[in-house]
Amino acid sequence: MSDNPVDQGAEDSVGYVSIRQLGDRDIMLLRGDFAFHGFNGALVAATGLGVPPRRGIIGYGNIQVAWMSSDELLVMTDSASTEKIAKSLEQALKNQHFLLAEVTDSRTVFEIRGDLVREVIAKLCPVDMHPDAFMPGEIRRTRLAQASAAIWMTDDHSVRLICFRSFADYVFNLLKAAAKPGNEVNAFEKAI
Amino acid sequence: MASLNCRVCKMLILKCPYCGASGEETEFECGGEAHLKRFGPGSGDDEFQGYLFDRVNRKGVHFERWRHSSGCGKWFHAARNTETLEIYGTYSAQVLEPPAEIREKISGKVPGWSWREFS
Ligand SMILES: [Zn+2]
Repeated sequence: MSDNPVDQGAEDSVGYVSIRQLGDRDIMLLRGDFAFHGFNGALVAATGLGVPPRRGIIGYGNIQVAWMSSDELLVMTDSASTEKIAKSLEQALKNQHFLLAEVTDSRTVFEIRGDLVREVIAKLCPVDMHPDAFMPGEIRRTRLAQASAAIWMTDDHSVRLICFRSFADYVFNLLKAAAKPGNEVNAFEKAI
Repeated sequence: MASLNCRVCKMLILKCPYCGASGEETEFECGGEAHLKRFGPGSGDDEFQGYLFDRVNRKGVHFERWRHSSGCGKWFHAARNTETLEIYGTYSAQVLEPPAEIREKISGKVPGWSWREFS
């Protein structure tokens, strides 16, 4: 049990964007050969979603599948469906080389919302956050200052970020500092 | 992205051939000179010494290994110019020599170039 308030999933911060740690996400890491016969079918049967396009994130309702590398996916769900999905994948993939690990306890997800959310991320990540360059539907693995992270947009004013849970405090403080009122840059006027 | 290097800040912008993302060099790690032939157990002292220490360390056209360390994690190859900081291209880690299209592109810009056994 952590005494870090951020780790309780409760703390919200309102700078010029809001920052919230999401406590309701279960996260599974799935590695394997996407081209192997039956891999995509196993994923569809377990989640209703196939392998996303390169650097894509797809989903419906409370489940998302994200492309993390040419042999790695993340499956994000609510805790009610985790066990069922894991069992289904393990059963369907048992005759091929794969790895399925539940990593909920070692990852955490932040939601950052606000009109200027793009520039808050652009201050911290070496990624082109211009609305023409980065759009909802894409997940980008990168670094947030010194911490590895992956970011995606759920709409044009909302970013979700996944990072190691041990970095939660560091990442939260980075985001808070980048969104400090008075530090607005208005870098992407089209996004406003 | 039309140009793969930034002429203003002199920072390398690399495109990872595995995840397709373009990022500046701090999202990557350089793994040193490319296309080394490994000499391990059973090789002569001179070969092993060459494998460990001999590098061309070229000013100009150069080939390196890079890893998308903060991204998809994959190793890949990059052809670049250490003098102008131009990136000629990136390519798969699973090859033993630079692909023909990258060599042709370099020839168009640096006629007569050579690097170790490649030209
Ligand atoms: Zn990559």
